[in-house]
Amino acid sequence: MSILEVEHIGKSFEHTEVLKDICFTMEESQVLSIIGSSGSGKTTLLRCLNFLEHADSGVIKVAGNVVFDADDKEYLKDSVIRKNRLHFGMVFQSFNLFPQYTALQNVMLAKQLQAEKLPDFKAKKKEIFTEIEDEAKMLLYQMGLSERMNNYPHQLSGGQCQRVAIARALAMKPDILCFDEPTSALDPELTGEVLKVIKELAEQKMTMIIVTHEMAFARDVSDEVIFMDDGYVLEYGTPDEVFNHPKEQRTKQFLGRFIEG
Amino acid sequence: MDTFIEQLPIVVHSLNIGFLQTLKLFFVTLIGALPLGLIICFGSKSKIAPVRFILKIFIWIIRGTPLMIQLLIIYYFPGLVLHNPIWGGDESGRFFASSVAFIINYACYFSEIFRGGIISIPVGQDEAGLVLGMTRSQIFFKVKLLQMVKRILPPMSNEILTLVKDTSLARIIALQEVIWAGQAFMKGSQGISGAIWPLFFTAIYYLICNGLLTLLLGGLEKKLEYFR
Repeated sequence: MSILEVEHIGKSFEHTEVLKDICFTMEESQVLSIIGSSGSGKTTLLRCLNFLEHADSGVIKVAGNVVFDADDKEYLKDSVIRKNRLHFGMVFQSFNLFPQYTALQNVMLAKQLQAEKLPDFKAKKKEIFTEIEDEAKMLLYQMGLSERMNNYPHQLSGGQCQRVAIARALAMKPDILCFDEPTSALDPELTGEVLKVIKELAEQKMTMIIVTHEMAFARDVSDEVIFMDDGYVLEYGTPDEVFNHPKEQRTKQFLGRFIEG
Repeated sequence: MDTFIEQLPIVVHSLNIGFLQTLKLFFVTLIGALPLGLIICFGSKSKIAPVRFILKIFIWIIRGTPLMIQLLIIYYFPGLVLHNPIWGGDESGRFFASSVAFIINYACYFSEIFRGGIISIPVGQDEAGLVLGMTRSQIFFKVKLLQMVKRILPPMSNEILTLVKDTSLARIIALQEVIWAGQAFMKGSQGISGAIWPLFFTAIYYLICNGLLTLLLGGLEKKLEYFR
């Protein structure tokens, strides 16, 4: 069964249609890259999956279960959204770390707040928190940040911040991890260290959706690629199909510079 | 006529009692106006349009008129116009009326400072909290509040120092604060009359108090320097 099914998603802001009848499916452990020029709707699509925006039409299913249906108001309730969005993790372009917490605290915070609602929280507080801390340290170790876990965000480089943000998202154990242009705020040197971490996650079979302008990376790491233009999915296939045999003239035009270079 | 040296202990004793009342009004105002300011702040961002509108008008009136007039109206209006003197005519009644006037007035100023603090926090902080499954209140208290406190501390310090001095306005309804105590020696009190220096002397009380507050608030600012 597909881990993610996106059916006929549409979204407008004021009178501008940003997403037009978006459909795609994803299998578990696959990596999907979404490419396209700025303003093509890539980021809005990702934000709809994380319920930071609500699609005007369409259905989203995770592992066969409906998590969003634009025709059913039930899916707009705060508590329902809060539960359903945990299927998805989100890594932002500008990291959005919490500045007053250390790297480790950033990774632990949401998990600790979640634990407070467990029925046996009071009795087992110590064990639960130790477990959360161990997991968080493990994730930061995986991100190559063991030496940095007690640093505050302003003491870290952009690449380190983004790796903390990835660890923070992974701590919630999402089914699907979404990246919104994760390296666009970084210089080329720092971009490399973040892409390397994402590549490692792909090798560990993490299901991921990556919105990116890094074409070579998208080609190498993805199982499937979507090319979006003006709110439409214009191209949808394997990296070989999209990069080497694009069907649409617009795709060729967009990829032109990348393929020549 | 006693000499200055002989008058000093009598005056200082009197001013001390007056300044205690000043401090009481200061702390009561702070304790009342901080939470009320936060409530007004949330109200002025409410989704319900009439609530927003009424609070906007209210803030306009309170910030647009002198605190001294507000004190007079709050203290005298119930008794003289409505013939229902709810405050009573004694010192505790005057203190109560002053507290109400000061809390309302300062809550309006605080609410605008809070509002500035809240809108200065990048929306990415909300979004990061939301995608991690936090509730709106968890995001406010665990993520945004401390960042907000850090940002509003300089303008808040300003307001707090102003409040210390503004308490002297309660003199207008004869609250027996430190200015009132100093003035008493002009008219005559405890064998001293026609002396204006006790009134000038009250400045030292304000100066010392605000000196200590400046140190305290500066220390707090320093404490929050560990993050940016």
